[in-house]
Amino acid sequence: MVTTVTSLGRSGLHDWVLQRLSAVIMLAYVVYLGYFFATTPEITFAAWQGLFASTFMKVFSFLTLLSVVMHAWIGLWIVSTDYMPKVSIRVAFQAIVIVICLSLLVWGIQILWSL
Amino acid sequence: MKFKIYRYNPETDKKPYMQEFDIDIAEGSDKMLLDVLVDLKEQDPTLSFRRSCREGVCGSDGLNINGKNGLACITAVSSLKSPVVIRPLPGLPVIRDLVVDMAQFYKQYEKIKPYLIADTETPAKERLQSPEDREKLDGLYECILCACCSTACPSFWWNPDKFVGPSGLLQAYRFLVDSRDTHTEERLADLDDAYSVFRCRGIMNCVDVCPKGLNPTKAIGHIRSMLLKSGV
Repeated sequence: MVTTVTSLGRSGLHDWVLQRLSAVIMLAYVVYLGYFFATTPEITFAAWQGLFASTFMKVFSFLTLLSVVMHAWIGLWIVSTDYMPKVSIRVAFQAIVIVICLSLLVWGIQILWSL
Repeated sequence: MKFKIYRYNPETDKKPYMQEFDIDIAEGSDKMLLDVLVDLKEQDPTLSFRRSCREGVCGSDGLNINGKNGLACITAVSSLKSPVVIRPLPGLPVIRDLVVDMAQFYKQYEKIKPYLIADTETPAKERLQSPEDREKLDGLYECILCACCSTACPSFWWNPDKFVGPSGLLQAYRFLVDSRDTHTEERLADLDDAYSVFRCRGIMNCVDVCPKGLNPTKAIGHIRSMLLKSGV
């Protein structure tokens, strides 16, 4: 059993399941947006605003943003623990990733619910 | 036939180098690579490598042959392209020439408790298994611990102290799936961290190189499923 501190989940299984679940949500969002672009004859500001006006789209977008953040955190944490043997560089990189991920999440919530 | 062999004696060499040998091998010869190495050792007695059974059972002579890990004793020279480049197993510290320090590899093997743990009363003769339960161990118990798989795995190169590696995980599954073992939950709990099992990215280098034709990636998949079943 190896103890980890800066990983997102509290177990290997936790991270593994979160990464797969978040991938499915992101894929569903891309497909949904693709459908919107394919079926909307002209993408105007009104059409775009209309899309994001519904609570469903706000929640779906938030879930996707949460998935991007979790996926990136887990993925980049793995990359850093594979390729950054020097602890100081690894910790600095992980801290930057975590700060960017959390900032994006808060910023995203603000954008979504202030439309 | 040309052979380029990795040489390094830490007592006399500043750094490793490749030594070239030319050997006449008759066309259609059924020589194995180990036979060639033994011949070369007669030419140059300082050449060091491990060997024992010379028939693919003991797992001593795991080497990197033309870029792919394998056992010298069951690799026919006729199947190799000249020049044959022979290096020690990658990722492990070199003790001398083709001899590597396997301590890290064995440490991971020890970690998975490679022995039966049964809390049930000791029977008079033996712990019985149904033929179906015994069949589940096929493709697992045959591992000879040659380390060809683990040393072909990048995840094991980067984290040999934390990632159990394909060989250890194949053995771990061998005991997880054994109907006579009663410590399945404890074994699974020991493996449920970000490294031990989950550092496997499923690139299947292990399956590609296993000289016994075993499939550690499949066993790792089974461990993941067992962890998932016990964790949800």
